[in-house]
Amino acid sequence: MIVKRPPLSLAERLYLPAIWGGFKVTLRHFFKKKVTMQYPEEKWVVPEGYRGAPYLVRDQDGHTKCVSCQLCEFVCPPKAIKITPPGPNGTADRANAEKMPREFEINMLRCIFCGFCQEVCPEEAIFLMKDYALTGASRNEMIYDKEKLLALGGVHQDRIQKWKHKAEEAAQQDVFPVKP
Amino acid sequence: MSATAPTETKPAAPAVETLAVKVDGKAVVVPKLSPDWQGKPAPTTMLQACEAAGVTVPHYCYHPKLPVAGNCRMCLVEFGTPALGPDRKPVLNPDGSPKINKSPRPAIACATPVSPNMEIYTNTPGVKAMREGVLEFLLINHPLDCPICDQAGECKLQEYSVDYGAAQSRFVEPKVHKPKKVDLGPRIVLDDERCILCTRCIRFTRDIAGDDALGIVNRGSYNTLTKYPWSQFDNNYTLNTVDICPVGALTSKDFRFQMRVWFLKETKSLCTSCGTGCNVLIGSREEKIYRYTPRQNDAVNGCWMCDAGRLNYRWIDREDRLKEVRSPKSEVRSWSAVLKEISEKLNAAVPGSAAIVASARQTNEELFLLKQLAKKLGATTDSIPRFGDGDKLLVSADKNPNTNGARLTGICFTEMGIKLPEIARGIQSGKIKTLIVFGEDVTKHGISAADLAKLETLIVSDLLPNETTKAAHYLLPGCAHAEKRGTFTNTKGRVQKFMKAVEPPGDARPEWEFLHELVHGVTGHNGFATIEGLFNQMAKEVPEFNSLTWAGLGDAGVTVKI
Amino acid sequence: MMHWLNNLSPAWQFVLFSAIKVVAAFAVLMFMVAYVVLVERKVCAFIQDRIGPNRAGPFGLLQPAADAVKAFFKEDFTPAHVRKVFYVLAPAIVMLPGLMNLAVIPFGSRIGNQPMVIADLNVGILYTFGIVSLGVYGIVLAGYAANSKYPFLGGIRSSAQMISYEIAMGLSVIPLFLLVGSLNLSQVIHYQSGGFLNWLVFKQPLAFAIFLAAAFAETNRTPFDLPEAEQELAGGYNVEYSSIKFALFFMGEYANMILASAMMVTLFFGGWTLPIFGLDQPATALWAGLVQIGIFLAKLFCFLVMFIWVRWMWPRFRYDQLMKLSWQRFIPLALANIVVTAFVLWVRS
Repeated sequence: MIVKRPPLSLAERLYLPAIWGGFKVTLRHFFKKKVTMQYPEEKWVVPEGYRGAPYLVRDQDGHTKCVSCQLCEFVCPPKAIKITPPGPNGTADRANAEKMPREFEINMLRCIFCGFCQEVCPEEAIFLMKDYALTGASRNEMIYDKEKLLALGGVHQDRIQKWKHKAEEAAQQDVFPVKP
Repeated sequence: MSATAPTETKPAAPAVETLAVKVDGKAVVVPKLSPDWQGKPAPTTMLQACEAAGVTVPHYCYHPKLPVAGNCRMCLVEFGTPALGPDRKPVLNPDGSPKINKSPRPAIACATPVSPNMEIYTNTPGVKAMREGVLEFLLINHPLDCPICDQAGECKLQEYSVDYGAAQSRFVEPKVHKPKKVDLGPRIVLDDERCILCTRCIRFTRDIAGDDALGIVNRGSYNTLTKYPWSQFDNNYTLNTVDICPVGALTSKDFRFQMRVWFLKETKSLCTSCGTGCNVLIGSREEKIYRYTPRQNDAVNGCWMCDAGRLNYRWIDREDRLKEVRSPKSEVRSWSAVLKEISEKLNAAVPGSAAIVASARQTNEELFLLKQLAKKLGATTDSIPRFGDGDKLLVSADKNPNTNGARLTGICFTEMGIKLPEIARGIQSGKIKTLIVFGEDVTKHGISAADLAKLETLIVSDLLPNETTKAAHYLLPGCAHAEKRGTFTNTKGRVQKFMKAVEPPGDARPEWEFLHELVHGVTGHNGFATIEGLFNQMAKEVPEFNSLTWAGLGDAGVTVKI
Repeated sequence: MMHWLNNLSPAWQFVLFSAIKVVAAFAVLMFMVAYVVLVERKVCAFIQDRIGPNRAGPFGLLQPAADAVKAFFKEDFTPAHVRKVFYVLAPAIVMLPGLMNLAVIPFGSRIGNQPMVIADLNVGILYTFGIVSLGVYGIVLAGYAANSKYPFLGGIRSSAQMISYEIAMGLSVIPLFLLVGSLNLSQVIHYQSGGFLNWLVFKQPLAFAIFLAAAFAETNRTPFDLPEAEQELAGGYNVEYSSIKFALFFMGEYANMILASAMMVTLFFGGWTLPIFGLDQPATALWAGLVQIGIFLAKLFCFLVMFIWVRWMWPRFRYDQLMKLSWQRFIPLALANIVVTAFVLWVRS
């Protein structure tokens, strides 16, 4: 399609009204309130649902929620997550959950903060928190290990506590010896 | 000429009685009799007819290599048979087609034989409702264990739940809890909560392994799979129950919590622990092998393999694997320099002054190349026999995976190892000055370390360090079978190929690769630089292999006359 | 001290005072270059509702120092494919005209008996144009020396623009000298004394308009900043430069901008004069001399702010519009202006 440009009027061709208009706009903004935020001193209020760095959480009883099902490792688009499963003798730090990761590493340099890990996690063990300014002096420092992730993640108030619930239910039925 | 017909199960050619049936409206002709779990002819079942029509019928308890139990009810289908008039003749529809009387009740496809002109319906709303019903019952007490269950990813219950499961359970009462983490035997862990009571494992261990160790106790919702008390579930085939368990009730202690199955790259390979040559899939991730699982090949191992062979993979990534090419002063060298030096030495050797001890753990191609070398050098060749206990099912007494390959390529004679004393004497008398050893520790087989010290040149290729590699003048690191491609000839003369699953460690290279270069350097005979070309060349020169090609071997291999 | 000075021969006195003036003017110019950059960033920030640099020193006053340190410590990377001699020469040549033109600008009347101009040339304006036209060499050389397509095209684009506008600029000032009757810049200032209406901007508004536009084009400022066009073309002739060499281009541009402003103040706005309190006559007292320098700097500053403001106000011309404006509008208009001025002067006489 050919769009016909309307011919410019004399005033437009003289450019002067445009100059005046531009001057008005810039002058108005010159005296306007400034929007700059002084970053390290002032910080932005992170909104709900913000996707920051992914961290591991513990439940209110202090147990590691992750059971190393490795779904996050599988779904992670940039392959930032690396989980070392516990192996045959793996145990969890709570009854019935049977296992937890021996090592859990997130390479924050690779992470794209997409939130797939949080979405896929069947145990609500990983959450994208509000941290957005991750820094480190080396690449190695940016690979967060399990201890660091758990420390940063803090406690998640688990309303369901599936494994605990299961263990209690089983205990009531007087079956299966489950040792934590 | 020497290749016999493959022994896959197939109906004897000419006089097969057939039946015409319809599956979901699609007409198929099936034989009246089909092989049952033992391979004996039995009336063809609806499930087999559906398979022939390309229709998948979900099932848990049915397994083609196990007796039919018919207890899971997942394979329920609807069907109809031709209506017969009072004259015992088919009633016809107005358009001339036979009238079908739809059966008022469904039938389990796995155990119901087909009858002539039967129509099977697998996609009706009724069938769907039945599957959903069965699944809902199964899921009542099944725990939500998927995150901690090793079966996740290859679990039939998961798969069918996606197809037929409800998003939410209607069952509000507490689930029945059963024993978890039960130690069944040295290699098996049982989780009774996950068990769906299909009895595949019971039938396998009773009817295939011949060790009636498992059974179900208690009634109703408390049905519990258990082992025979006061004994262990411990025979050489227990891990097959893990493979056939459709859920995660039986899990392997070896593979337990090692890696999720969806990460594993599956490579078609062979088990090298004995002469049977069971077909396996190697599950590996990031150059680490996590498990072997049997690969179906009815001419060799059916669907099974022994525990000993299955667990014999840990040595492949052992820390002390040989990773460097070393030469006389045991310094690290490059392949090209060392191969050049060896070629020169071998070229200068007096004919008859060399001997080769090959290994029947090497591939046909490698043994063939060694034979080429031996011909040029006039060398005495032999290999080392390895015998152990066999059984009636799969395990062979011959513990070398490629005894027949060594024979057919001419490395050894009918009786393996008879020339070893001759070689030892030759070294002692100083007649033999150069010894080439591949993959064997000759110090344990009649050629002492003192003898080795007398040699002018000792060329050794191996995977792991031993007394012979310590004495080597030239040490060439080789590859495990999982790290290269090649073929083995099993005890029954079946030539089977295997594929590469992981990268070799360090500087190690497939033996056929550097042998090819060595043969080229010594004989000037340039073969093929690819395994396909090499195999096809070998097939031309070894009479028994004449009719074979690499591509023609397929996944299941070809049996040759031995 | 004074005694010693008075005892010096006039030639030595001239050398001494010239040297002092050169050093002082150069120092002030470089200081201004540094701070104009800061002003530019501040003005730009304010127009865009931001604050601008405020970390280095109070209100970011030490920012120019920080920038200088950064420019010096950055890796001075010389690509392998450049023509080395020209590559090093180009930034220097860009910087040169700005510095050399400083010599003829009268930045004050006199202090004591020293005229506040380094070299009061009779042909001041011709000298100026001669030097200014050298500036294009720097850009052509930079584009050529980089020896790669991108800067080469940028160099061609820029030199075409600068040559075009130089003609318009040169033609636009001829009527001024028809009026003044001299090429000496001090004479031009003298002509403009004695009332605001004597300022040549009121006598020759068209000439001023063309000169102003051409000055923007010559200094590569918006709306004629095609040679740089940071956002869209990511620079032009200077893309292969880094570190202090790039900084020289950058500073050269600002030096040229200051000099263009100084030219406009001198030619059209009465230079250091102000027709009140007798400040339009050469000073006799020290304070008057200093005030006149202040007047000059204040006028200069207004122009600089205008230069900066324009950059953040208007979009740039398309290249064809830019060339058309020079060749089809400004040059004919400037020629007509010459003819008309000459005719009017002939009629009057």
